[in-house]
Parts: sequence; structure tokens; C-alpha cells
Amino acid sequence: MSQYLFFTLSFLTIISALYVVFSRNPMYSVLSLIVCFFTIAGHYILLNAQFLAIVHIIVYAGAIMVLFLFTVMLLNLNKETEPHKTNWVKVAAVIAAGMLFLTLIASLKSTQLGTYHLPPRTTIGLVQNIGIKLFTDFLLPFEISSILFMSAMIGAVMLAKKEK
Amino acid sequence: MKEAAINYVPQNWYLVLSTFLFCIGIMGVLFRRNAIIIMMCIELMLNSVNLLLVAFSSYSGNSDGQVFVFFIMVVAAAEVAVGLALLVSIYRNVMSTDINVLNKLKW
Repeated sequence: MSQYLFFTLSFLTIISALYVVFSRNPMYSVLSLIVCFFTIAGHYILLNAQFLAIVHIIVYAGAIMVLFLFTVMLLNLNKETEPHKTNWVKVAAVIAAGMLFLTLIASLKSTQLGTYHLPPRTTIGLVQNIGIKLFTDFLLPFEISSILFMSAMIGAVMLAKKEK
Repeated sequence: MKEAAINYVPQNWYLVLSTFLFCIGIMGVLFRRNAIIIMMCIELMLNSVNLLLVAFSSYSGNSDGQVFVFFIMVVAAAEVAVGLALLVSIYRNVMSTDINVLNKLKW
């Protein structure tokens, strides 16, 4: 059952990720990236990481993609204004990415995986366990990330402000 | 919970899927000239790494990896906010998001 779910989700993820790259219209790229993020959230649920699945949907589909969508609409990008590279650059890009994929797969083939025997402890992805971890072992990075958010917010406002 | 993917899906499949997503992201960065699409492909690469971290964390029964993914999401959100602000201010100056227009630092 979960194998079929895995294959379905992976198929959707890969198709929508490819459509992000190959779509002519930037708006369709953004929309298919949203589909891709939802399928990745499905993968997280399949992996018993429920808290991360919800956070992923809220942060990516809810915040980041809305920001992208607003920017695409604000700059009025569409099919006509879309710049394209020359054909041989595109072929070179596909070949380069394919070579990288082959190299990574060839190097991953010799890894010894599947030796993990999972203890029947499948609650590690729940909000209770992540929260305990976050507020004991990772308290300092958690607090520092708020400073990062603050500086990012101020930086974004300052950069996007109209110069007088 | 009994139907969790861990019991039925080998971890290698997640490795292959994440590698493929990462390569699609790299291909997009090389393939397109629109700066917004390039940033979206960077998001795609970040997500493939997130997926791999969650897979390793779940398979090894240790939740440290999921906390790392949480922090990666925080950094990604901050990066997108600053990057899109930069893009908007670039667009105000050159009226385009084509990266080939911004070649002053090339040579």
C-alpha cells in the first residue's frame, strides 16, 4: 500500500518539478511548484514526520509561494516577456544535470544502506518530541533564528523601499 | 501508524528521488534566464535536501534531522524574503528580471 503511495507521490513530484523548469509561463511554474511542495508534504507524512509536513505546508505553500506569486504578478511577467537561452545552452544544461545525476547515483550505489532496523518507535515526528528537542538541545539556534528573521524582515523592507 | 513507509519502502528509493529532484533544480538554474525561476529552482534543491534529511531521520529513529529541516525552512523563508526584495529593486532599475542584463561583474 505505502509503496504505491510512494510511487504516486514521487511521480507527481518529479512531473511537477520538471514542469517548473520547462514551463514557458512563469505563472505556471509557480503553480506547479506549489503542487510539488504539496507532494513533498505527502512524503513527509509517509515518513511519519507529521509536524514537519504541516510546517512545510504552512511555510512553503502558505508563505513562500504566495510571496513568489505576488512578485510574478507585481512584475507582470508572462510568456511574452520571458527571456530564453539559446538551444545549445539548454542542451548543455540537460546534459550537465544528467551527468551529475549519473555520478551521484553511481556513488550512492556502493553505500551500505538498509541496515537500519527501526525500533517500533514511530512517534519521533510528532510535535511533542520535536518540541522537546527544540527547547532543550536546540534552544540556542532556535533563539538565534529569531534574530535571523528580524534582520531578514528589516533587510527586505529596506531593499524593496523606493529610493527617493 | 503500522502502514508507515519505513516498513515497506527501502531507503534507497528516497536517496534516488532526492538526487533526482536536486538534479532537476540544478538543471533549472542552468536552463532558465529568469531570475525568479532560478530562485524557485534553488527552493527545489533545498527541498530535496530536506526530504533526504527527513528520510534519514525517520529511518534511523532519531529526531535530530527533523529539527535541522525545521531550521533549513527558517533560513529558506528568510532567504526568499530578501531575494525577492532584491529582485524587485533590480527590476525597478533595469525593468527586467533577465540575468543576462546584469553582466557588469562578468569580466
